[in-house]
This record gives sequence, structure tokens and C-alpha cells, in this order.
Amino acid sequence: MKTLTKLGLAAALIAAPSLGLAQDDGPVPGVNAATDSVFIFNSLLFLIGGFLVFWMAAGFAMLEAGLVRAKNVTMQLTKNIALFSFAAIFYYLIGYNLMYPLGTWAIDGILSGVWGPGVLEAVGVTADAADDYGYASTGSDFFFQLMFCAATASIVSGALAERIKLWPFLIFTVILTSIIYPLQASWKWGGGFLDAMGFLDFAGSTVVHSVGGWAALAGALILGPRIGKYTKDGKTVPIPGHNLALATLGTFILWLGWFGFNGGSQLAMGTVGDVADVSRIFANTNTAAAGGAIAALILTQVLYKKPDLTMVLNGALGGLVSITAEPLTPTLGAATLIGAVGGVIVVFAVPFLDKLKIDDVVGAIPVHLFAGVWGTIAVVFTNGDASLGTQLYSIIVVGIFVFVVSSVIWFILKTTVGIRVGEEEEINGLDMAELGMEAYPEFSKG
Amino acid sequence: MKLIIATIKPFKLEEVREALTGIGVRGMMVTEIKGFGSQSGHTEIYRGAEYAVNFVPKIKLEIVVSAAMADQVVETITSTAQTGKIGDGKIFVLDVAQAVRVRTGETNDDAL
Repeated sequence: MKTLTKLGLAAALIAAPSLGLAQDDGPVPGVNAATDSVFIFNSLLFLIGGFLVFWMAAGFAMLEAGLVRAKNVTMQLTKNIALFSFAAIFYYLIGYNLMYPLGTWAIDGILSGVWGPGVLEAVGVTADAADDYGYASTGSDFFFQLMFCAATASIVSGALAERIKLWPFLIFTVILTSIIYPLQASWKWGGGFLDAMGFLDFAGSTVVHSVGGWAALAGALILGPRIGKYTKDGKTVPIPGHNLALATLGTFILWLGWFGFNGGSQLAMGTVGDVADVSRIFANTNTAAAGGAIAALILTQVLYKKPDLTMVLNGALGGLVSITAEPLTPTLGAATLIGAVGGVIVVFAVPFLDKLKIDDVVGAIPVHLFAGVWGTIAVVFTNGDASLGTQLYSIIVVGIFVFVVSSVIWFILKTTVGIRVGEEEEINGLDMAELGMEAYPEFSKG
Repeated sequence: MKLIIATIKPFKLEEVREALTGIGVRGMMVTEIKGFGSQSGHTEIYRGAEYAVNFVPKIKLEIVVSAAMADQVVETITSTAQTGKIGDGKIFVLDVAQAVRVRTGETNDDAL
């Protein structure tokens, strides 16, 4: 009851100023609490969700900085801020309209017919002139969706760390964020053919995370492992990250950002049902991360006799990716288990990739691709509307598209400008070789 | 004069320092080092891959004392740094030809 009173009072306060203004200036755009609240709260959810997902860029940057060696930290940070900025610009220029054709298809359900930069509503837009008064402001939607595109690009940089050249990497980022990501995202979130088939991917285990994972896998295969990572007789040589405090901070930041990632993907907060669902999603997202972390903690203790922090961090992220395809319908218990399976997958996937000599510096492929596929499948356990066949079909369609297109682009980059630094540059570190700037100039190697 | 070089486990440093100052040692040089002896490293696991730690962290002490005191210093280090487990370290004793205190110019035993 208390809540009801408070809301009633708030509505009265919001409505009051419009009454006063109307006396002098005739009818002006005021606030109609009864119908405006949906528009306002939906937009607010997008904005809050958007800046939380933005913060994930900091999480990726810290996680990756911590898991590379000290000699490559400046480069890793440079890639992270550059890729985010390119993503922001190219999603605006091409990606947004490619991803959301709003029914205007060049090829029905597959390719958007709307090309060109995103356009926002006018300054001080009125209810009548709003693009979608019954829903949310265009700016809030654009801002929110842009962050997902940037997150996809962030996934790639960690896997390819410590050996890839800056500019070819950024060229790939531009293509990923302007074409690859938005195009396949239109198939689901833009109302395209996967959506029409009944594919369910709430916040993007497949649409975002596996896409980043596939692009990273293609890149890691074509780029090759770091020098010294695998011996000639096939053994893996660990290359420990230089700062696990940064890696842990990064993981916690990602965990925080994920509340916006999944919670914001409810896409509406204007009704009791919607805001209650957002709350469910926050709680499920959190418990899935915890499940993933604990699973990795126990599993590394059992397998290796000592817990491995880097695996626990990856396990938490694996849990988060796993719950991303369906954070709403599971109970807290089910969400914990779905996340825990994600953590288990990550612990086994990391050495598995090493066996295949695929060098993924931060575990991006196990976390985002393997757990992303699991999360997409796991939707069928808690959501009766999901069909296993459609989920698998969509995983495969998106996987083939992203992996093939990414491979072609990496290959073209490799044969034209080259994607890998020279042997000497790699051994000396990318910071001095490519940037002439160390992350820790006051510490000598000794 | 004798130079005593001792390698010990890092966690024993404070105990050894206290014991040595207790018997009248008035100075020492301490260095963080890595090395191997009979312990010859061990293996660890990082992200599922086993790797060898070939060099183990140790502390190196360098102490110059009068010849008469050398045996007592060696005994004190041995008794305080000992855990009985592999990797306790080693002690070497060398002759020292000359010593000078920079501030006063005093030499040999007077300089210690």
C-alpha cells in the first residue's frame, strides 16, 4: 500500500507543472502521467541498462589487461578503447538501421532495406511527434543497442591479445560492428527469419556472445598461437597474466554490467509485470554468475588440487553468458544450475582449446562461444515456448555465417596488410614495438 | 675475518636476523634471490596446463664477522633457519682479505 501511495503522489507532482504552464501559453506539451509513464519508464530502463552495459567495456579492458603480460598492457588497453569508439561510430553510421529495418526489408527477413545513419527524435519531442510514443524514445533504444554491439567487439580483442597488429584488428572491428553483428542480429532482434521461426535468445547468448566467440575463434585460428605457447611435442606452456587484481576487478565490473545487459533486455519497465520481470532477471543473472564461479572453484580444486583464480573468474563469466539467453523464466535454483554448467564447460573448454593449439589468451572462446551455445540450448529447460530444433538451427546458422565471414575477412587482412607482428616485436612486447610506450615505465625487468 | 654467505627460506629471515643481532652481529647484507639445490623446483598448474617452477625464491645473507665469531654465526643460522624439510638452504664461509669503514677509514676487525 505504501508503494501505491508513493506512486500516486509522484504522478500528481509530475502532472502539476503542466497545469501551471498551460494558463499562459495555451496547450503545451505537458505530462500525462497515465500514458506517459510507460514511455518514460521504458526509456529509463534503456538508459540505465545502456550505461551499465557501457561499463562492461571497462570490465573487458581490465580483465584483458590483467591476463596479458606486462609488456602488452598498453596495447591491450589501446585496443579496448579504440574498438569501443569505432563500434560507437560505425553502429551509428550503418549498424543501427541494418539491425532494425522495422519491417522494411531488402531481402525479406534477411537483409534490411534501410541503409544510412541512425536518426534521433527532435529536441524536446512531444508525445505526438515521438517515433513510438507507446513504447520508448529512439535515443534510449539506440544508446542501449549500441552498447551490445560494442560488447560483441570487446570479446574478440581478448582472444587475440599479445600478437595481433593494432590497425588490422581495428579494421576487423569496424566490419564486425557495422555489418556482421547488426546483420545477424536483425535476423532475431530486428524481426527477421530466425525470430519468425520462434528462435528465443533473450539478451544474446547467441546473438552477442557466440558471435563474438565465433569471430574470435576464426581470428585465433588464422592468427596462430603466441610464440612459446605450445612446445614442439604438443605441450602447453602457461603464460600467466601479469595482474590478477585487475582481472578480478574486470570480472566484477562485467558482472555488474550484466544486470543492465540482461535486465535491460526486458525492453520495458512501464507496467507492474515488466518491472517485476526486470527484478527476476537481475536476481537470476546474479545467481547464475555465482553458480558458474563456485562450479569452477570446486572443479579446479578437485582436478588440479588447487583452485585456479583465473578459471573461477572465467567460470563466473561463463555462468553469466549461460543465463543470457533466458534470464527470466528460470527459478533461482534453475538459474544457479544453468550458470554452474556454464562454469563447468569453461573449465574443460580452456585445456581443450589448448589441445587443439588454439591460443585464447583470456578464455574468451570458452566463455562466450561454448557457454553461449549452452545457454541458448538451456532455454528449452525453462521456457515452454522454445523448441530445441529451432534453438540448434539458429546456433548453427549464426555460427556458420559469422565464422565463415570472419574467416574470410581475417584471411584477406592476413594476405594484404598482415595481421601479426614480427617475432622480435612479439618477444619484446607490443607496447614498445607498436606504441613505444610501457604500461609500467618505472618498473624495470631486473 | 670471514664472509658467511647463507641461503635461507624467505619466511625465516626475521627469526634469523633477531638471533644474529642477539649474539652481537652488527650488520648484514640481504638479497632476494631465486635458485635451486636439492629441492630443484616443483610443478604448478595454470589454466589446466602444468608447468615447472625451476627456480625457488630464497633469501641470501652476506655477513662479515671476525674469524673468532664465524662458527657461532654459522651455528646460529643453522639452528634458527632449520625446518628439517628439503630446501632449508646452505651456508658458505670464505676468508676476507680486507675491510674498510668508509666513514672513518678504520680497517679490518675495527671496521666490522
